[in-house]
Amino acid sequence: MKVARRVVLHFPSRIVEQPLIYNLIKNYDLSFNILKASIIPNQEGYVVLELSGEQDKYDQGIKYITSAGVKIESLSHSVLRNEDRCTNCGACITICPTRAFILDPKTRMVSFDNNRCVACGLCIKACPPRAMELHF
Amino acid sequence: MAKSISEINLKIKQGKAVVATAEEIINIARDKGLARTAREVDVVTTGTFGPMCSSGAYLNMGHSKPRIKLGGGKVYLNDVPAYTGFAAADIMIGANALPDDDPRNRVHPGEFNYGGGHVIEELVGGKDVRLVASAYGTDCYPRKQLETLINIKDVNEAVLFNPRNAYQNYNVAVNVSDKTIYTYMGILKPRMGNANYCSAGQLSPLLNDPYYKTIGIGTRIFLGGGTGYVAWNGTQHNPSAPRTENGVPKRGAGTLAVIGNLKHMSPRWLVGISMLGYGVTLAVGIGVPIPILDEEILRYTLVTDADILAPVIDYSKTYPQREPDVLAEVSYAELKSGSFKLQSKDIPCTSLSSYPRALEIATTLKEWIISGRFLLSEPVASLPGIEAGITLKLLNERC
Repeated sequence: MKVARRVVLHFPSRIVEQPLIYNLIKNYDLSFNILKASIIPNQEGYVVLELSGEQDKYDQGIKYITSAGVKIESLSHSVLRNEDRCTNCGACITICPTRAFILDPKTRMVSFDNNRCVACGLCIKACPPRAMELHF
Repeated sequence: MAKSISEINLKIKQGKAVVATAEEIINIARDKGLARTAREVDVVTTGTFGPMCSSGAYLNMGHSKPRIKLGGGKVYLNDVPAYTGFAAADIMIGANALPDDDPRNRVHPGEFNYGGGHVIEELVGGKDVRLVASAYGTDCYPRKQLETLINIKDVNEAVLFNPRNAYQNYNVAVNVSDKTIYTYMGILKPRMGNANYCSAGQLSPLLNDPYYKTIGIGTRIFLGGGTGYVAWNGTQHNPSAPRTENGVPKRGAGTLAVIGNLKHMSPRWLVGISMLGYGVTLAVGIGVPIPILDEEILRYTLVTDADILAPVIDYSKTYPQREPDVLAEVSYAELKSGSFKLQSKDIPCTSLSSYPRALEIATTLKEWIISGRFLLSEPVASLPGIEAGITLKLLNERC
């Protein structure tokens, strides 16, 4: 069975210079699409990517990269909306590059679709009541 | 067959008043016709919820022992400076005030995560706020330093007093330059990559009473979740702005100064706001009831988003340089569709004011009136209308 998941890989500084993603792709036959990345030598880094492949290979690949010291998070939990602070104004809608904010034309309520979010963070500072929060 | 406000109030007290929101009234009048609707409906409720920079609150702190003269001294609430040009225990905090150590735009665009608007939100939410004051000391007010927590429930008065709210229509902001700009109208992408507007349109108070025939000084309103009053015309009140045939202004025109007891308001309707690269402000919820005294007043409340035009203004040059150019006029119906066409370009657009919250205000006010807990007030004086001949003055420097 094929799976496709969006994940955040956190690299501790000691392994930033190892070719972990290369090994992941080559040895486990996974394909990937990098959505966002920040890797600087000798510092902590992260990569947001969509990984896809056969379920058993995917599981083995995740096991490999975790044992190498990488912390893995599911991306959908990274940017969250604080529903108490959101006023449904809509300022986020045209700022989001992946159209993760969707306006209901009837009620004019703004919904946030986690599956479209690539955790770029643009909405966080663009949101006037600061309702969008980055969670790691 | 005209009604009076006291007749409407009698019906409210008897639980017989018929109330509709400014959205509902459009279809009611379409179905029943003008004459019958004007007879049957007593009040139309409006609402708006958006950033309103000219907002603030004054507080009387009560006197410390020994006494301190805050007037003429320095006062900070959660590090945000308050105005102290009043008597010993009175201070005022403005929505746009920033902590002295806020980096502002030193690293552009500044984040502006906390300021006066947030202090007001925390006060009204019942949170403790840290007051730090220094004064020069006098024979009758000997104390020079004060640091304490305060809470809205412990101060004598906490009054929201906003010099300019509820703008009757507003600009649609775009950016024609080649780089992103950060404005009070939000983030504007280069080459007209997006557009932001800020009005509740057909629900907005002054767009439903374009000639200020019922809204005047002393009108009781929904303010910040409590009740308040129209205190005066707002600053920059400009009834002479160009209008469509049905009287609706095509530019920012009338404004309201409003006042009310902050102690009875709620943080749901007074929200501290941060505009990236610009500053802090306060989103304010306002709802104004319009008594349907006759057919003419009813007709004004039937305005729809398609009837209201707003000017598209370039905020990269035209606005900052105070140039008069308007790129186009678009209706709120077009704006609410999510994009509009300008110079053969489709411009995605969105709102900075919340229509769902505006509707919630109009609906809440309707429920207050139906349940008899909110009576209409008779204005004691009118707001300046077109006949006042007001022209907006500009600041021209001189030596």
